[in-house]
Amino acid sequence: MQQFDVIIVGGGVVGSAVARELSRYKLQIGVLEKNMDVCNETSGRNSGVVHGGFAYDTGSLKAQLCVEGNQEFDRVSEELDVPFRRTGKVLVGNTEEDMKNLEKTMLQGKRNGVRGLTLIDGERLHELVPAVRGEFALLSPNSGIVDPFRYTIALAESAAVNGASYFFGREVNSIRRNPDQSYTISTTDGEFRTRWIVNSAGLGCGSISDMLGITGYRIIGSKGDYIILDKKTGPLLPMPVYPVPSNTYMGVHVTPTVDGNVIVGPNAENVTNFTYYGVPQKSIDFLAENASSLWPCIRRSDYIRNYSGILPKWVDENGAIQDFRIEVRDDIAPHAVNLVGIESPGLTAALPIARRVVSLMAERADLKPNPDFQPRRKGPERFAAQSEERKQELIGRDPDYGDVICRCEEVTKAEILQAIHNPLGVCTLTGIKYRTRSMMGRCQGGYCQMRVAELIEQELGIPPEALLYERKNSRLFTGKVRG
Amino acid sequence: MEQKDVIIIGGGPAGLAAAVELCRRGVRDILILEREETAGGILKQCIHDGFGLTRFHTTLSGPEYAQRFLDETEKENIQILTGTSVLSLTPDRVVTAVGRGGLKHFKAKAVVLAMGCRERTRGALAIPGERPAGVFTAGVAQSYINLHNRMVGKRAVILGSGDIGMIMARRLTLEGAEVSAVFEIQPYPSGLPRNIHQCLEDYGIPLYLSHTVTDIHGKARLTGVTVSQVDEKLKPVPGTEQDFSCDTLILSVGLIPENELSMQAGVQIDPRTKGAVVDEFCRTSVEGIFAAGNVLHVHDLVDFVSLEAERLADSVAEYVKSGSLPENRLSISADKNINHTVPQKISGKNGFTLSLRVSRPLAGCEIQVLQNGKVIQSKKMKKAIPAEMIQIPVSRESLSGNGNLEVRALC
Repeated sequence: MQQFDVIIVGGGVVGSAVARELSRYKLQIGVLEKNMDVCNETSGRNSGVVHGGFAYDTGSLKAQLCVEGNQEFDRVSEELDVPFRRTGKVLVGNTEEDMKNLEKTMLQGKRNGVRGLTLIDGERLHELVPAVRGEFALLSPNSGIVDPFRYTIALAESAAVNGASYFFGREVNSIRRNPDQSYTISTTDGEFRTRWIVNSAGLGCGSISDMLGITGYRIIGSKGDYIILDKKTGPLLPMPVYPVPSNTYMGVHVTPTVDGNVIVGPNAENVTNFTYYGVPQKSIDFLAENASSLWPCIRRSDYIRNYSGILPKWVDENGAIQDFRIEVRDDIAPHAVNLVGIESPGLTAALPIARRVVSLMAERADLKPNPDFQPRRKGPERFAAQSEERKQELIGRDPDYGDVICRCEEVTKAEILQAIHNPLGVCTLTGIKYRTRSMMGRCQGGYCQMRVAELIEQELGIPPEALLYERKNSRLFTGKVRG
Repeated sequence: MEQKDVIIIGGGPAGLAAAVELCRRGVRDILILEREETAGGILKQCIHDGFGLTRFHTTLSGPEYAQRFLDETEKENIQILTGTSVLSLTPDRVVTAVGRGGLKHFKAKAVVLAMGCRERTRGALAIPGERPAGVFTAGVAQSYINLHNRMVGKRAVILGSGDIGMIMARRLTLEGAEVSAVFEIQPYPSGLPRNIHQCLEDYGIPLYLSHTVTDIHGKARLTGVTVSQVDEKLKPVPGTEQDFSCDTLILSVGLIPENELSMQAGVQIDPRTKGAVVDEFCRTSVEGIFAAGNVLHVHDLVDFVSLEAERLADSVAEYVKSGSLPENRLSISADKNINHTVPQKISGKNGFTLSLRVSRPLAGCEIQVLQNGKVIQSKKMKKAIPAEMIQIPVSRESLSGNGNLEVRALC
């Protein structure tokens, strides 16, 4: 049985941030992920907004960690070589009541330590986002956008190159505490023995808590659906545009992505099924109609794809949504850091959460620094983003940079190959897609999918019938046509 | 920067035919840029027959049809750069292309757009449901089976009665898969009658008209779809849901001309064809840029792609030699029975072939071309269907240099 100092359950953005921060210390770290890649659930299925921190109750962990996370994002994204843009964001209002709500939100933001919040009039609003409809707005200049896939992947790869081991396709079945205070974790694929456990299971945080003996957490899913629009809409939306928020829900908004698309959504529906990611027709219609009143540039002919995500919300017996919970219950489960209800703004707050996890552990154990820790991580160099001179230079060094595999997103063979040989060992089709943006353009892989599939098979020696699309058993082919 | 008389973007049927014909008209300084390792375009994966009946009066497979043009380009010594993707095209006809050898810039007297089209996807249609493996567009499935030797599934249903979808129904059946049905949202088929006979009826595959997929099931691999009847507004009728179990869904739901480069160059696009607005010279709204083939409008038969590209060569040759073409001041409009026409503009000084599609099936109709309220050309048809491209020659003699044209279908 494999022996670890710490096992992290869940390879989402939080689990990967924890793995990365723990890899600053001399520890045997393992990450158990039930999917075949990181960020296949909540972490990869959201708006990709780096939040300012004004929407959360003053004094809450959500507010504190969000503000902390937001402030360090320029440095972190540079260190991890992840595209991030501090676009700013507007909450758009029209009525007197909207104005009162925005004033309240601004005041709360100021109390939370959010800098630069200002109320702007219609004229200024239309200067900032000409296409938007609205009378006035709250401007949060420090809000931004990030690619949630590439951010999570970067954290995970950073952890992996600093020594953490990722185990995919391992769903935790049970956790047993041994007489020596260590834990044995039984999974769908083998047992793992560890001194520490970190529960960062996202939607599964309630059941992992139960397995640790910390019972009573009630987790509900809040499912949100999204539509992705063609890149030609990107220039019409320089920053995220939100309606005035209610207490529990941010409202249907439109958000630019770092790659130039626009995403529309989400709605919010409470769900008990945490595995259903289908987007119903009525949601698609609802989203387009709702967001069009804010930003009337939504055309059916620009739809590229739709997706949904589910936020794990910890609620009390009355259904009221609770704060993040980061705890060690020495009385019930010593050496287990329990993370509960990490929903939005978990993407923004992932590294601050991870540091809280590390300090809870450091209070209870002697963590020795890892002298070899390398904070910087280099992602594949994106051909499409380079100047002509740099493109020429890259091809001169590696002709595979001259081989365009994905036409829509201008992704080259060199980038696909680097992604296939990723430090986490991910070999699914969507794994390559999220790392490179191939198959993410307007033709959705019509031109490149077969080329990417062939490269994965060739490079990794995977037989066609074993090639996975995304999840376990998601086989792309039944085999060869002939011999 | 390398100078060329003509740069052709795309080495498929349109690009190859245009190049060969240009050579015959004395334009020899031609370069074809092709992103794939071998030219021939989508024909390479179309191993079924039925190509060439109009153009060559014989039936050929896709690769055989392409080979006829490839042989000619070789004979004429036409330069084709394969493995070369065009990254940008400017309004003054500077083409930036990339290949394993590096970035290259070309400046051309004339540019011919011949990029073909792409398939409409599930996301573009916003088909609801889960997102398992096993959902393929017809062209991707065809490429996997015919070019990559990969079998895509065992039990399939097909959404859309487009020609490639029906051809894939037969192909999958021949390779041992079970194809249980084809669903078409329109009350009429969207592909050619011959494919309905040869690909569906001959194999006992039922075609359900006025039906569409309203849900997709399966978390890892597709396990089934829900299909519903639709009303006249194409909205699903509640209570008509029917589940079909399958591991593969093939989408044949339309082709979109691939005009990203054209738009970059500022070429005006027709919202109905999704291709360039052109005149009888296949000239776009940008000086010196021409378009032909599926990038201009989606054709039903490749033969018409070749013929159109060959006609385009006439005007491109003329343009390269004289530096100009007659002004195109007259526009062509159409009534609601006609979905679109190509060209959309003319000079009024030359005869031309009008290509059009009707917007719904029409029985016993007469398609009329009018100028100044006078019928100058007409074609009587027992039956006209949207799947078939209709071509009507308009002679030079019948045209006046003044007055816009109208096209209508009388039933």
